[in-house]
Amino acid sequence: MTTLGQLALWLALLIAAWGSAVGVYGGLTTRPELIQSARRSSYALFGIVSVASVCLIVALLRHDFNVQYVWSYTSRNLPTPYVLSAFYGGQSGSLLFWAFVLTMFAAAAQWLTPRRYDHLMPYVAAVTSAVTLFFVAVVLFASNPFERLPFTPPDGNGLNPQLQNPGMVVHPPMLYLGYISITIPFAFAVAALITKRLDTGWLHAIRRWTLVSWIFLSVGIVLGMWWAYVELGWGGYWAWDPVENASFLPWLTMTAFLHSVMIQEKRGMLKKWNMVLIVLSFMLSIFGTFITRSGIISSVHSFAQSSVGYFFLVFLVASAIALAWLIWSRLPYLEPEAQLESMVSREASFLFNNLLLVGMAFSVLWGTLFPIISELVRGSQVTVGPPFFNQVNIPIGLALLGLTGVGPLIAWRKASTRNLQRQFTGPVLGALVVVAILMAIGLRDFYATIALALCAFVTTTVSQEFLRGVGARHRLHGENYAVALARLVGRNRRRYGGYIVHVGIVIMFVGFTGAAFKKEMEASLRPGESVTLRSAFGYDYTFTHVGVSQYEQLNRFVSAASVEVARGDSRLGIMTSEKRQYWNSFQEPTFQPATEAAIESGLREDVYIVFAGAVEGTEEAVYRFTLNPLVWWLWFGGVVLVIGGVVTMWPGGGPTRASLRRAGVGGYQVQLVDREAKASV
Amino acid sequence: MSDLDSVSRRDLLALAAAFLPSSLTQGTGQGDSGIGRLPRPGMAGMSRERITDYENDPLIIGIEERLRCTCGCNLDVYTCRTTDFTCQTSPAMHREVVGLVEQGLSSQEVLDEFVARHGELVLMAPRKEGFNILGYVLPGTAISAVGIAMLWILARRTRYGNPIVADGARETDGLNMSSGDAERLKAELADLDN
Repeated sequence: MTTLGQLALWLALLIAAWGSAVGVYGGLTTRPELIQSARRSSYALFGIVSVASVCLIVALLRHDFNVQYVWSYTSRNLPTPYVLSAFYGGQSGSLLFWAFVLTMFAAAAQWLTPRRYDHLMPYVAAVTSAVTLFFVAVVLFASNPFERLPFTPPDGNGLNPQLQNPGMVVHPPMLYLGYISITIPFAFAVAALITKRLDTGWLHAIRRWTLVSWIFLSVGIVLGMWWAYVELGWGGYWAWDPVENASFLPWLTMTAFLHSVMIQEKRGMLKKWNMVLIVLSFMLSIFGTFITRSGIISSVHSFAQSSVGYFFLVFLVASAIALAWLIWSRLPYLEPEAQLESMVSREASFLFNNLLLVGMAFSVLWGTLFPIISELVRGSQVTVGPPFFNQVNIPIGLALLGLTGVGPLIAWRKASTRNLQRQFTGPVLGALVVVAILMAIGLRDFYATIALALCAFVTTTVSQEFLRGVGARHRLHGENYAVALARLVGRNRRRYGGYIVHVGIVIMFVGFTGAAFKKEMEASLRPGESVTLRSAFGYDYTFTHVGVSQYEQLNRFVSAASVEVARGDSRLGIMTSEKRQYWNSFQEPTFQPATEAAIESGLREDVYIVFAGAVEGTEEAVYRFTLNPLVWWLWFGGVVLVIGGVVTMWPGGGPTRASLRRAGVGGYQVQLVDREAKASV
Repeated sequence: MSDLDSVSRRDLLALAAAFLPSSLTQGTGQGDSGIGRLPRPGMAGMSRERITDYENDPLIIGIEERLRCTCGCNLDVYTCRTTDFTCQTSPAMHREVVGLVEQGLSSQEVLDEFVARHGELVLMAPRKEGFNILGYVLPGTAISAVGIAMLWILARRTRYGNPIVADGARETDGLNMSSGDAERLKAELADLDN
């Protein structure tokens, strides 16, 4: 099978080279047979890379330990779901997975894109084939999952215990899907640049793709946070690790794009900026992969250092130069069709929203690269950890949260004073009420107070929009409120889906504020002994050590420490944290013992217990007890955010009439003025 | 009660006294301190020491949260020693911190001592001095500068600019707009607001 996989990769390399060349040449010469060939090469690439992927999966499932990759990341007793997830658990497998998903998206783009964008498709095929060519080349020449060992070991090394978690089965593919799907809008952007067809048409072609990409990135990031929380055992979910930052960067620029693209669609403005954003998002997705795999920056997520980093660096630099030239040469075609009419308009608020989103991306990138910059400038390395990132990014994040509420309240083009009064009175009052309540209950944390007040502001904003919309439908059409709400959202999915996303963000911010009130303690307890910890909500939690039991389970030996938990006088139950020593089929330990936290999640706070170990081999156990307020809101907010994203991209909620008109030559305003001019003539 | 009985009972108690510690340790799972011993202690991770007041001391934790564990994990000392229970570096650094605090050093002095020993890399965030200041202020300054520039440009454009729609609309003010055009304009504006 590995020989077949290897052959498939070589064939993919040739087809990708052909597809990228014939796509450009066919597009330039408009020769139908070449254009057709470019499109077909996208389908062929999907087929052939699928064959290579299936070969690796079969090798994994058959425990072919003669294949180095299979030996490195699996063992005979590894549960099947984790054997499958080992496909992307290691460096070379994940690169093949990247190529596979990319070809799948490229084929889907060719298949699903309406015929009216045919003029772009050969270039889209060329770009996706070129990116596939790069990834297949990296797999073949730098990190090949089909490499064989000179002998066949009886069992494999097994998968890292921290990756043996349901979250890790889903989190990496989601993040990869997000990263990789950015290639499709990027390919359309490059196609629009090459063809000089830079009206709004190409934006319609990529609308769903950008949303798909953003949703996958969001799901991947939130799942990553959840995995870090339940699996790593430190009681947190975001550590500003370079690899976490790498996933956050394209999310920020994509979010900026999703907002600024509305201005181009409605007003024909920000064409250059939107082009830069989509290109930047693609470059950042590749940059993230470069960081993870080059070893240039120390990270807990990093793969083993290898020559892969050089490939990525060359690709990044070459792409940056080519894209900068392409955009530069097309600047005359990217002139705006209209000017901003007022500083107090939705366009202006979106501009500032973009400034903050891209500013935050810059800030995160700056912090991530600062150790390298410091070393280059001063010759000495520094560490840039959470204290730095929190200090720099929390104010930006809060400003963004505020703008989340402001943007939808301001009218397009120009808002009147009356309009502002009408829109802002309720939300500002809502924020002030929350501040008063927080002061009254004695909350004194500055950032938490500001964050919760802004959450109230945005929530009131969104509620006001929904209430007004539902009320209007109820009055005009006589619909009952439930039907009015369903139709309101159904008829304008983009707008109301966006509001739901904003609600998700607000809920997540409520979760973030909880981190300021975390309580924790360590204790060593003999069976029957207790400790008490007071939560931020004023509850006294009592933890009583029950005992430690040891037993075999699946591919591991478990030491389970149990604690009886009570809140005040009410008994909550027994919680069990584990130490897991994973072993291979010969019961030889494969990794250091891993810790499984016991988590009891609630609306108010999570009880988070970690069994740190036993005192001198006895049942006296060392624990870390943590009371984490409002963490549940974070996961719930993530779900709401994704629901909002899905509503926004659900079929049927296509571009507005104004946007469709702009897709043609000229723009809305120009046509209107022309008509008036004709009328006056 | 016979002598034999009493002897036997004494012997039995003596035997029990002799066997109890070892049997409790090995057989029934009871240790010297009356605590059960784990059947396979090696499988429960590294052996731990009892927690003292220092482990929960806010001063110690505050210092450790600003120090990076030098094992290469990228975590601060406090997070590492309470999360990565296989690391031997963070417990050692914790002991160093405790030792320095016991000597009467303040938080800043402890941090300075660590920087002197390990270099600035041991701090979780660079000191706000020299080139590092650029690291802290550049993002905020850049955003503020661009924001101010945007405000200035937008203010100029919206005050002195010549927006196509606004002017076109103004020009048409004096014209008699047909009812069809008026309806169309209304619909377009409503569409824009959506």
